[in-house]
Amino acid sequence: MKFTEEHEWLRVEGDIVVVGITEHASTQLGDIVFVELPEEGDTVSKDDEVVVIESVKAASDILAPLDGEIVEINDALTDEPSKVNEDPMGDAWFFKIKPSDLSQMDEYMDEAGYNALIG
Amino acid sequence: MSEGLKQTPFYDLHLELGAKMVPFAGYDMPVQYAAGVMKEHLHTRSKAGLFDVSHMGQVILRGPDCETTARALERLIPMNVLDLGVDRQRYGFFTNDQGGILDDLMFANRGDHIFVVVNAACKDADIAHLRKHLEPEITVKSLDNRALLAIQGPAAEAVMAEYHPRFADMNFMDVDTLPIAGAECWVSRSGYTGEDGYEISIPVAAAETVARALLAHDDVEFIGLGARDSLRLEAGLCLYGHDIDTDTTPTSASLNWAIQKARRTAGTRAGGFPGADVILNQIENGAPQRRVGLRPTGRAPMREGVEIFADETSTDAVGKVTSGGFGPSVEGPVAMGYVTAELATVGTTLYGEVRGKRHPVEVSALPFVPANFKR
Repeated sequence: MKFTEEHEWLRVEGDIVVVGITEHASTQLGDIVFVELPEEGDTVSKDDEVVVIESVKAASDILAPLDGEIVEINDALTDEPSKVNEDPMGDAWFFKIKPSDLSQMDEYMDEAGYNALIG
Repeated sequence: MSEGLKQTPFYDLHLELGAKMVPFAGYDMPVQYAAGVMKEHLHTRSKAGLFDVSHMGQVILRGPDCETTARALERLIPMNVLDLGVDRQRYGFFTNDQGGILDDLMFANRGDHIFVVVNAACKDADIAHLRKHLEPEITVKSLDNRALLAIQGPAAEAVMAEYHPRFADMNFMDVDTLPIAGAECWVSRSGYTGEDGYEISIPVAAAETVARALLAHDDVEFIGLGARDSLRLEAGLCLYGHDIDTDTTPTSASLNWAIQKARRTAGTRAGGFPGADVILNQIENGAPQRRVGLRPTGRAPMREGVEIFADETSTDAVGKVTSGGFGPSVEGPVAMGYVTAELATVGTTLYGEVRGKRHPVEVSALPFVPANFKR
């Protein structure tokens, strides 16, 4: 699993990458009350704002970590945003992306690097 | 601790209880505790929440006799102060010459003096305003030796009744001086969450003892400013500097109810407060804009600053959200804001623009959750 400085996790499954936010991020955001996902089939570029999440405190964006195509979204989060607080590293993934260049993964941190970042 | 911020007498207790502290109105205040905003909000509505509101200003007005003091305060606020019974409290606001609102406040008739509680962010200005207009006839004494707590929620009465039976008999807006854990407290049956509860002024020296005694009850938890905001928003109550300010008038703010008949046109003491011409005219004829409840029909919260449009395509906004977020008890987004008077009818569908997209909102009656006061 890889991690971005934006507190996303990326898990490779064959030629697909599953994206979610870390436990640390979900704790910092507080109770999540709204999730807006991209559409399946959307072509996105790295750093595009692809997901909006709102907690009781504020709205934040999740950026596409890679260039590619959104191949699946986790629709369950739209009806149950609180899942992001309950299981951010598991069931509450946001989307699956088919990257056009898997080597973009190389710039991201491993778990030890991420743990060092969040101290 | 952040530089230059003031602390309330409960600062160390907040830290001990795991509060996340943020700057608010010049004070280092707890925005939430470990439970988080959502749980704290729901705890208050189901049991009892304890709030540190010591940052607010507590002021005593004292004149040669109570009638003189009441008449003096009536020069600054459009409320009936003179006929307020002894040990009764009322909501009010200072107005300016343009009819705008300088701050909102609570005032209580304590027999030989009037006790006033004002917002933290405005307290220095409010005290200067009172001094300028009331002294030397009335002494204006700002109390920095008293803390202020609020206990709010359906369990508040049972908790307080353990300290004195009189607490259970008090009605909404009654005030009394009673002991809690050995400290002489000035207590009103009021609050700002839409729940039954009490606001408790405590000598600073006893503040922590009283807070710890109240927190020792199973049903009582400290609640941060985050949940205080969502509670008062669901209750349809205004936050000064957001929902009301010097650019809003009582009528535009839908606060005509707070101006008693005696101070209105043809009343026994009509006018005689700053901005009376504008305010009394608007009570009769309405204001161009009105504060309303706004209920987004989708799930996306609409926060302060979101512009409101009459339809999905028009270019000119018809209003703006002044407070908004997620209502944990409503289980959905809630907001309030100002819209042009013609569109202020409950049930009207309008559109709020969030991240470039327009989403429907319905003009709603306030409060969003029924008030639970002891009348």
